[in-house]
Amino acid sequence: MTAPLLDAHLVADRGAFHLDVRLRIAAGETVALLGPNGAGKTTALRALAGLHPLSAGHLTLGGVDLDRPGRRVWTPPERRPVGVVFQDYLLFPHLSARDNVAFGPRRRGADRRTARARADGWLDRVGLAGQARHKPRQLSGGQAQRVALARALAVEPTLLLLDEPLAALDARTRLDTRAELQRHLGAHPGATLLVTHDPLDALVLADRLVIVEHGRVVQEGDAATVTARPRTDYVARLVGLNLHRGHADGHAVTVGGLTLTTADTVHGDAFVAFPPAAVALHRGRPDGSPRNVWPATVTGVQRHGDNLRVQLAGPVDVAADVTPAAAAQLGLRPGQPVWAAVKAAETRAYPA
Amino acid sequence: MTARWIRAALAGVAALSLALTGCGGADDEPSAGTGGRVTVFAAASLTETFTKLGKDYEAAHPGTKVVLNFAGSSALATQITQGAPADVFAAASPATMTTVTDAGDAAGTPAVLVRNQLVIAVPKGNPDRVAGLADLARPGVKVALCAEQVPCGTAARTALAAAGVRLTPATLEQDVKGALAKVKLGEVDAALVYRTDVRAAAELDAVEFPESARAVNDYPIVVLKHAGNPAGARAFVDHVRSDAGLAVLTAAGFQAPPNR
Amino acid sequence: MTRPARRRQRVPLALLLPAGLGLLFLVLPLAGLLVRAPWTTLPRRLAQPGVLTALRLSLETATAATLLCVALGVPLAWLLARVEFPGRRLVRALVTVPLVLPPVVGGVALLLVFGRRGLLGSWLDTTFGVSLPFTTAGVVLAEAFVAMPFLVIAVEGALRGADPRYEEAAATLGAGRWTTFTRVTLPLVAPGVAAGAVLCWARALGEFGATITFAGNYPGRTQTMPLAVYLALETDVQAAIVLSLILLTVSVAILAGLRDRWVGTA
Repeated sequence: MTAPLLDAHLVADRGAFHLDVRLRIAAGETVALLGPNGAGKTTALRALAGLHPLSAGHLTLGGVDLDRPGRRVWTPPERRPVGVVFQDYLLFPHLSARDNVAFGPRRRGADRRTARARADGWLDRVGLAGQARHKPRQLSGGQAQRVALARALAVEPTLLLLDEPLAALDARTRLDTRAELQRHLGAHPGATLLVTHDPLDALVLADRLVIVEHGRVVQEGDAATVTARPRTDYVARLVGLNLHRGHADGHAVTVGGLTLTTADTVHGDAFVAFPPAAVALHRGRPDGSPRNVWPATVTGVQRHGDNLRVQLAGPVDVAADVTPAAAAQLGLRPGQPVWAAVKAAETRAYPA
Repeated sequence: MTARWIRAALAGVAALSLALTGCGGADDEPSAGTGGRVTVFAAASLTETFTKLGKDYEAAHPGTKVVLNFAGSSALATQITQGAPADVFAAASPATMTTVTDAGDAAGTPAVLVRNQLVIAVPKGNPDRVAGLADLARPGVKVALCAEQVPCGTAARTALAAAGVRLTPATLEQDVKGALAKVKLGEVDAALVYRTDVRAAAELDAVEFPESARAVNDYPIVVLKHAGNPAGARAFVDHVRSDAGLAVLTAAGFQAPPNR
Repeated sequence: MTRPARRRQRVPLALLLPAGLGLLFLVLPLAGLLVRAPWTTLPRRLAQPGVLTALRLSLETATAATLLCVALGVPLAWLLARVEFPGRRLVRALVTVPLVLPPVVGGVALLLVFGRRGLLGSWLDTTFGVSLPFTTAGVVLAEAFVAMPFLVIAVEGALRGADPRYEEAAATLGAGRWTTFTRVTLPLVAPGVAAGAVLCWARALGEFGATITFAGNYPGRTQTMPLAVYLALETDVQAAIVLSLILLTVSVAILAGLRDRWVGTA
């Protein structure tokens, strides 16, 4: 592997919170930093932008140390080749869209005319040539997002940081903007870090996911790996899988008091994961093929898309998706005992 | 200075509220005789002497209370003509007294209580060797005068005219105390103020000058027409005009009136 | 911006009554001035040369004092709002000192520092031959001393209300602290600066105590309208009323004019 454009070991403290995250991003690559609220995503982004100093570790961009406390190296934010799209955009309210975008080029040495011309070019590329003279308060949410993106890209940053870029948009606008954002990120030659708590944003926009919890990386990899083999409850919930940790011996994984048979072969500590749709519910103990059968109690029923999601308590707690018809037939209600079954072919086991 | 102005304003408000509530407290005090409460409005330059005279009067007339309100004469005159409940008015100039008599607020004709003369106030030791009014026009000598709207300013103007001295003062202060303060703080080298003011200030010396005789300032006193306690008011005026009263005033630097 | 449609609503009497009394309390003295104004002799009194001189001096010194306050007070407010330093609370308290200090005491304090024998004043006098008391510059200084807290407090409040993340955004775009301050922070708090400057100007215009104590009273040089009013009160109450009315009319006209085109456009 060639040296990545961004090579960072971010160690930072904010009050009692401690961040310790390693990040490597190649040129042209988009990495999504995914995690629950308070996981340290924003602190990591601020450290990269120079808005929060590292207490240890290093931050190297394009072979240049921007922050390395061990060697007393620190570059202030205004001298870093970094562009940031903030969560609520932070467009300067007193400047027009064009002057917002021209702000960066102007500060980085371009004269007024050049800066404006460059701003117009970027506004054109995000499809807002007609809104150049508008003040931020005259822009819609989606337009403001695009101006913020243009403003960050106009400084031609080596590292582009996006903090929850779509969080402030309504569902419909989000869909369009996401597609367009994907296009611009694809064209960006530098490294891109996308901070988000929305798995869909991460899956659509990023080449690789880095998942942080409690200030640490808990899992990273491409979308297929992460979605297929979650390693924490958070990731499992994110991708909609039942996840349990147990001990494997070949095709058998012991989880709690239950032994599940899987198609994979693993030895030692292992995860076993299966989708809620793979869990079938029965009134009585089912006869025949499924080997993974256990008694459970219904603890809750919620709508989930066109189906119902049933929470079950038993030797292992799992979620099961059933059709409304099946639910009616079973007469599901909290407290009711049922039998749960999952086919071995639909479970996945992998080393912990 | 302003503190005095504020005090005057407060006195005005107090007087107004008294007037609105129908001269509160008057019922439970004797309406005749020399007893009860005597309210005296007196010029600020009389502060020290009238405080002492008031105590003497109270001692001599047991059961009486002298309430003193000191402020600039003009402010007091305004308050009196606006209906402030005072028994006696002692002004620092005939002009301010005229405001009151013209408004018909005086009972009888004002009498001249004392006279005050201008002196040149200089810092202790007279570092600039000021000997007379002519020295005040020397270049480099900063002088504070009173504004001509107030009595000490009028007197200063008269004296300077009599001496044929033309000078550009650094400031025209709103009253004697303001002019005095500027000398005390060293901001000016000299000020034309009353002899009594300098006598009360340990850090200053007074330089007498002959032209001051041309600008003598009379202090008139009068019993007011709407006095709540006319008998007490007359008794108090008699007291301050007695030999004993005059002794207190002259000890402070005032001169006795010409007819005494 | 769309405004919410005007809606008739019942105003609670418990608020309306004290509000009305408050307004009355503020307006009645003004009515008193208007009622007692010598309208027949007004034109003659207005034409007196001293009046216009004092008015012009008042407007000039109040404006100069406001400019001085903006030049020094905005950076001070920024320091208080944006920079953590030991003793910041104490400094903030010190800034408000001129508010609680009786203006006359302020004037004396200024004399003790900038006076002929003052801590700085004696040095200024011997080194540059500059003496501030009894000069128009002294009036500006006295007014600025008394009025500056109004500006600093207003601007600091505006700065605290402004989102500091805009400044971070500016930094990520390559703006240093100074550029961020002039290009982002200042425009963001411009309404606060304007409001503070207006308050500051109004306070400077009405300044009396510190001015007469520090700068004295000399027509054309240090006699501002409030001083003229005070002295007129000594001899001629009606003249004092006229002067007060002029000061009031001019200041209200200017403030109302500014408000429309400057302060209210937030």
